[in-house]
Amino acid sequence: MTSSPRQTDLSALIACPQCDALYTVAPPEPGQRATCARCHTVLIAPRRKAGLNIIALALTMLILSVGAAVFPFLRISVAGLSNNASILDAMLAFSGPQLILLSLATAALILFIPIARAMLIVYVLGPIVADRRPFPGAARAFRLAEALKPWSMAEIFALGCAVSLIKVGDLANITFGPAFWMFAILVVVVVVQDNFMCRWSVWKSLETTPTS
Amino acid sequence: MEIAGNDAHVMTAREAGLVGCRRCARVWPLGTQVCGRCGNRMTSRDTRSLQRVWAWWLAGLMAYVPANLYPMLRTRTLVSSQEDTIVGGAVELAHHGSYGIALVIIVASVVIPLSKFMAIAYLAISLQRGLKASPHQRLGVYEIVEYIGRWSMIDVFVVAVLSSLVQLSGVATITPGPASLTFALSVIFTMLSAQAFDSRMFWDAQAEDRNQSKEQTT
Repeated sequence: MTSSPRQTDLSALIACPQCDALYTVAPPEPGQRATCARCHTVLIAPRRKAGLNIIALALTMLILSVGAAVFPFLRISVAGLSNNASILDAMLAFSGPQLILLSLATAALILFIPIARAMLIVYVLGPIVADRRPFPGAARAFRLAEALKPWSMAEIFALGCAVSLIKVGDLANITFGPAFWMFAILVVVVVVQDNFMCRWSVWKSLETTPTS
Repeated sequence: MEIAGNDAHVMTAREAGLVGCRRCARVWPLGTQVCGRCGNRMTSRDTRSLQRVWAWWLAGLMAYVPANLYPMLRTRTLVSSQEDTIVGGAVELAHHGSYGIALVIIVASVVIPLSKFMAIAYLAISLQRGLKASPHQRLGVYEIVEYIGRWSMIDVFVVAVLSSLVQLSGVATITPGPASLTFALSVIFTMLSAQAFDSRMFWDAQAEDRNQSKEQTT
């Protein structure tokens, strides 16, 4: 910590977003994490080849979510009657004038926001990994991806499916469709991708390569 | 753990005459309005954040009341037709012996939302009144609220899955009730309420105390 931060280069400093503690940046080794001494928020957590891994995982997410949306998800059969439901059906379950809003919100939370985040992340990180200039608006794109993070609820939907299965499981026969397994993998990929992501490193590389 | 600094004398960006960006952690001279790196709007301390917290909190509470009074699910079978509220549905499940699922529903739809309302109110009041709570404790409560809050959405998704799946014409159909909308709104509003906090303010009270005690000793 320096006595007069005014004179030093401000880009060598970092302020904890949770508690405003000020530190001089000492980037840790890949795989290690730098945390705030006061509130233990993770500040910097670089990973080796993180960019490439994140892009690969984001593309995986895109393919899986499209598949998970289109293929049948669950199949119910009881007394000779049966019905297939895909995620698209789950989104459109809330029909009627008031519930159309809820349909849109569900669609956004479980599918469109995760897909949008994956696309934004590829857009931001693609040029960085290739050592090129970031695409125009990359900073805004990454900011949006970060703001959307709490609203991406694929994993909660997965648990919701488990709960509904048990709810109707003793009344009817339920079988999993291909989309169910795609969705299960998707949830794991989301978690792994988040683990690779070091926000500070991304912002740093967006800053050092001039945007224009 | 590579970053220098120790717990006793943590200098904040504000004390150093700087303002830190809450999105990308870059610091700028105090008074800078927009972060030059990520374009986020910056304030040293968002003093109006509590107004937003309370506004979303109230909206969330107002949506939570009808969410519990109106039916969440309408089940129609050959022999009967039934409307279940959130609590009613969980009680029904417990009667059928699915205690685990009943517990998940009760925790996600009643315990978590109610404790979230209380936790947000506690944090906001403790900031307004300047109560001497440990910042670690307050940040702990805040992080739990922020992390857990999203999971309340599970009940809405259960309704969505059930009503798209159980469409067996004549034998059994499940349709969503009006409470599903108000419940979803309540979850969204409380998430916005929790996000509106400026968590840096939790630490300021402690810093002021320390400064005062320093002045008294010198």
